[in-house]
Amino acid sequence: MMSELIDVQSISLKAADMVEEGRVHKSLYSDPDIFTEELDKVFQNTWVFVGHESEVAEAGSFKTAYIGQHPVILSRDRKKNTHVLLNRCRHRGATVCEGRKGKTKAFTCPYHGWGYALDGSLRAVPKPEEYEGVIDKSELPLESLRHESYQGLVFATFKDDIEPLEDFLGGAKKWIDLFVKQGGGYPLKVLGEHRFNFPGNWKIQLENTTDAYHFPIVHKSFVSSLDDATQDIFDFLDGDGFVEDLGHGHSVMVMIPQLVDLEEDLDQPIPARFEELAQALRDEGQDEEQVKRLVRAAHGTGFNLNLFPNVSCSMAFFRVLRPVSVGLTEIQHVALGGEGAPAPFNRKRMRLHEHFQGPMGFGTPDDGEAWERVQKGSIAGKDGWILVNRGLGHLHTSEDGNVAGAVCSETGMRGAYQQYKKMMAAEEK
Amino acid sequence: MNINTDLVNKVTAFIGYEADLLDHKEYQAWLSLWDPKGLYIVPTDNKETNYEDSVNLALDDADMRRMRVARLESGESVSAGSAGVTVRMMSRVRVLEETADCVVVRCAMTLNELRHGNLVTYPADMEYRLQPTDNGFVIERKVVKLMHAESFLRTVSFIF
Ligand code: FES
Ligand SMILES: [Fe+2]
Repeated sequence: MMSELIDVQSISLKAADMVEEGRVHKSLYSDPDIFTEELDKVFQNTWVFVGHESEVAEAGSFKTAYIGQHPVILSRDRKKNTHVLLNRCRHRGATVCEGRKGKTKAFTCPYHGWGYALDGSLRAVPKPEEYEGVIDKSELPLESLRHESYQGLVFATFKDDIEPLEDFLGGAKKWIDLFVKQGGGYPLKVLGEHRFNFPGNWKIQLENTTDAYHFPIVHKSFVSSLDDATQDIFDFLDGDGFVEDLGHGHSVMVMIPQLVDLEEDLDQPIPARFEELAQALRDEGQDEEQVKRLVRAAHGTGFNLNLFPNVSCSMAFFRVLRPVSVGLTEIQHVALGGEGAPAPFNRKRMRLHEHFQGPMGFGTPDDGEAWERVQKGSIAGKDGWILVNRGLGHLHTSEDGNVAGAVCSETGMRGAYQQYKKMMAAEEK
Repeated sequence: MNINTDLVNKVTAFIGYEADLLDHKEYQAWLSLWDPKGLYIVPTDNKETNYEDSVNLALDDADMRRMRVARLESGESVSAGSAGVTVRMMSRVRVLEETADCVVVRCAMTLNELRHGNLVTYPADMEYRLQPTDNGFVIERKVVKLMHAESFLRTVSFIF
């Protein structure tokens, strides 16, 4: 067991005490007891991202997701209301729904055929005679979780008395509003997704979406595959970018300031790598103003918005993590486009997504390699710390009054770990 | 059922040759097996047929293939640098369609990779569209339908 390598002194430390301002203890990546505690204290006690409304656009559509280790269903009923349901039959516990997504009239349990409506209510039970006077169907719906959405992003929670989603998002809302502009004037829509896992702890991924420092090193081979003008855009460590702690563990890392608001600067000339898209849009009869708007939106935003604990609005896509075990994490890279947008626009978005993202992209495999090495290397030694103190000496206050640091500072990680610390320190109820 | 054994042998030899190039990372030779308009496709959804309008794990035209190979060969990619060997087995070769300028072939593949000391296995159903030439074939389309596409892959720093 990995945890046997941790010395007695660190074991006696509680997880919350393993987070200091500028460093976290390495056993946070590998101690299975801490992992179990995290599922309870973090994932069952906050808002967790489960999907985007466009994934269940029509009545009868559903998608499956997880909150920590709990399988859930995001569904849309006949009246077009959305629900987040535990994927657990109320009879003897089977999942009632499999597959990533789909459309259905009902969720029928495969074991004994109990049938549930899309809102979770139990509608039919085969051979009901033996239940006469025993069960009341109205008391056995699929369990429903509290869920709320913001700009189409759906979050659910096990904690019924939690603050409203909008309060939890707080300072992140402004950035979500900017992020959804990349639909190019059309509602943001999920176009598909990549799925992969890596043998490492979920917090290694959590840190990464607010880590600009690694980009020119780890992603050198990706940058080399770009034209010169685009290489310049991705050479952002010396630019005016920044990382801002948005509170509640959320942070934003602005890498390319000129791509913060995609509805501004619409007069920019079309970059070479988007010329083909521009021409395809013109050929479809789009006027020049709309062509420029769509081309600018096609870039994606110049920032990563990290939402604690499991999703990042990462430049042009959603990065969703799921803790599977202390040393295994599943990741989805969800591609985004515009609902009803011209086909060449959505195609270009998908091709750009494939270029960097996913397990076969030009970027992700190198991230995966680095994360795997962190998990492996962090085991070494009886005791040791992970440093997240980069930029601590150069903080400033942002326009919105938040703590901020340089683009390649570890300000966002510190914010996430402070939220983690707070949640892990909470007393068991 | 009437099997054109001669043709099956020819395409099997070609597919085996391609597999050997990829396992031994002879990527430049691999690039030359392609028709310039050819597409290398690894879907995320094996039932999908409209690849252009869906998100794929890879949808490479000639440019993307060249860049993919350049990335793997550049020495700049940490994952490519530490990628272990791959050994792939191709079998169950069946010709689905044969015309004067195109042969459609389906076969099974299992690719094994040793990654940081762990064996990772990728079974897949493969579909090739091959154009006969004077001395063999060129690839017009190759679709790699990974069983993992339905679930979660490890990251990939080689070519299927
Ligand atoms: S477990 Fe679902 S009907 Fe029996
Ligand atoms: Fe990265």
